[in-house]
Amino acid sequence: MAENDYRLRCMRQMLRIRLVEETIAERYAEQEMRCPVHLSVGQEATAVGVCDVLQSEDRVFSSHRSHAHYLAKGGNLNAMMAEIYGKRDGCIGGRGGSMHLMDPEAGMMASIPIVASSIPLATGTALSDKFDGNGKVTVSFLGDACLEEGVFHESANFARLRGLPVVYVCENNLYSVYTNLADRQPERPLTDVAKAHALESRHVDGNDLDAVREAASWAVETSRTGTPTFLLLDTYRWREHCGPNFDNHIGYRTEEEFQTWRVRDPLERYRKQLEEAGVLSAGSYAELERTLQAEVDAAFTFAINSPLPEPNEARAHVYA
Amino acid sequence: MSMPEPASAAGAPVINMGTAIRDGLLEAARRDPSVIFFGEGVEDPGALFGTLKDIGKHIGHDRMIEMPIAENGLIGVAIGAALAGKRSVVTLQRVEFALLALEQILNNAAKMHYVSRGNHKVPLVLRMIVGRGWGQGPEHSQSLEAIFAHVPGLKVIMPAFAEDAKGMVTAAVEDDNPVVVIEHRWSHYTTSAVAEGYVHRPLDGPRTVRQGDGLTIVATSYMTLEAVRAADGLAEAGYPVEVLDLRVVRPLNLDPIVESVARTGRLLTVDTGFRMFGIGAEIASEVTSRCFDLLEAAPVRMGLPDHPTPSSRGLVRGFYPDAARIARTAGEMMGLEEATISQVEEKILADRGDVPIDVPDPFFKGPF
Ligand SMILES: Cc1ncc(C[n+]2csc(CCOP(=O)(O)OP(=O)(O)O)c2C)c(N)n1
Repeated sequence: MAENDYRLRCMRQMLRIRLVEETIAERYAEQEMRCPVHLSVGQEATAVGVCDVLQSEDRVFSSHRSHAHYLAKGGNLNAMMAEIYGKRDGCIGGRGGSMHLMDPEAGMMASIPIVASSIPLATGTALSDKFDGNGKVTVSFLGDACLEEGVFHESANFARLRGLPVVYVCENNLYSVYTNLADRQPERPLTDVAKAHALESRHVDGNDLDAVREAASWAVETSRTGTPTFLLLDTYRWREHCGPNFDNHIGYRTEEEFQTWRVRDPLERYRKQLEEAGVLSAGSYAELERTLQAEVDAAFTFAINSPLPEPNEARAHVYA
Repeated sequence: MSMPEPASAAGAPVINMGTAIRDGLLEAARRDPSVIFFGEGVEDPGALFGTLKDIGKHIGHDRMIEMPIAENGLIGVAIGAALAGKRSVVTLQRVEFALLALEQILNNAAKMHYVSRGNHKVPLVLRMIVGRGWGQGPEHSQSLEAIFAHVPGLKVIMPAFAEDAKGMVTAAVEDDNPVVVIEHRWSHYTTSAVAEGYVHRPLDGPRTVRQGDGLTIVATSYMTLEAVRAADGLAEAGYPVEVLDLRVVRPLNLDPIVESVARTGRLLTVDTGFRMFGIGAEIASEVTSRCFDLLEAAPVRMGLPDHPTPSSRGLVRGFYPDAARIARTAGEMMGLEEATISQVEEKILADRGDVPIDVPDPFFKGPF
């Protein structure tokens, strides 16, 4: 597969993330991954489309739903799985679990499970990078619920005031746990919120990889030159807010709504598109799936074989 | 072995503390139409761990205020509503989310009565849940009562038993002051007989749940259950100790503690939160100054060690005080022989069986 064709690269990355998360979902019941997991199955195009236009030195911050961001930014899969298994080889040695994935070497700065809590941190690294004139951009991944927190507004105001190289990427999956956007915010375009802080913004279909990537490319380049930007990406979380299951039967959303999004599956849609364009054959896709699944299985094995950390390791690193 | 909760009315149904809290809130809201509920997901299928289940069905959905993810603003709004005569009950899924609202809680809720020279009242209940276990990690399982207890103007309560919790949340709703209710997730699962209908338990401080002369244990919230188990083990070995369930952290009523220590000569505190600067530090210090001459040994504090709460089940080994460690510490303080102590300790560990470290012990599920 040609690495220089971003389409194949992105396809591969989306598939890899999907396989990792589907495998987590499948194996969660074994009760060996003993921490909450927030899956982003169905939302792969946002993470991949944005991260694909970043340089490896660029920075990313994430939230409780961080697997896709971590992997798309080049985080180490073995270390991620070991972290979710609570093992010593985890990316932070078992301290945090699934909600605290980070790999600073890959520019994956931190995942913070308090809603909106990482937004000012992203704004701060952008401030520092601007000081240093190093050309780096920071991406702050945020959910629609983050727009309700004051700290988003405080950060956006400051970013525009100081002309910071930061991109706020809002993945609007319509829900905050079980609560629909309509029950949390008045009806108005979410991009108007960015506009109120004088951020430049774009709004695209978050399940369309090319659209996301193109918008991200614009946003990242605009931010690099000192105009902070806001991307609004519409997408949908297939499974429950926290945990491996589907939960359409419990009544907060309808099966119909789920199905309308299900057919917009970013992965399947892109695969078809590439097949039609003659870039990908059914055979090579199947082969890719096999290779990636083998890599994923190996990462699970790695995690399972990694030892549990010893209690005294928890005392390390309280102070620098 | 019996549950330490004093026997309720004969034939009272056995329910868990989460349900008991829900029943208490519902009773309070039924009696007073000015009670309104705020929360993130107040009426969602989870209903805040079931603690608000179907309340809207009984009292009207307009009294259930769905809260955008905006804690500082919304708790401020709840305080404002309280100033205007409502009784606001806010629930957060985790204590940590209240950290975004500390400004409103510590500046406005805690001080409005004072700065208005008594003219304003803030009848506000802030329920926050401590999410221990299953790898919740450093930002979803902290027990932060000490932060709230530090501030005059707030009341802070930590119920440990179902019927008590039911009566105490009712009292909290009826109180004219801001009351912070810290609910431990593992206490939610504990069951006991709970009287039906209206139950009111005054917010008046510690209650003795085990009697004995060897030593006084003062425990908070879930740690009370671990302390009771330790006390039962020690009693079986012939060394009964006293266990006080602190219940109300602020205002801190020291009298029953001092009274007990005056009899036993020894004080052991067991906190759900960090040991340093914790509730136990305050109690040990106050008791020492009040009855230094009656102490036969230096008070000992147990609590969480001096580092954040890790996620991995490997790293939490030994992190939380448990019945075995409480029994050992108490035994050493009483000068028991090593053989006796390890016998008690082993019995406790054997009773616990192979329950994984990161899930609640079914021992605390009744009925007994
Ligand atoms: C300050 C704070 N309040 C509440 C929560 C509980 N909580 C965890 S995730 C979540 C929903 C967030 O929704 P969104 O930001 O849209 O992201 P999504 O889960 O949809 O990806 C909430 C309310 C939290 N973690 N932090």
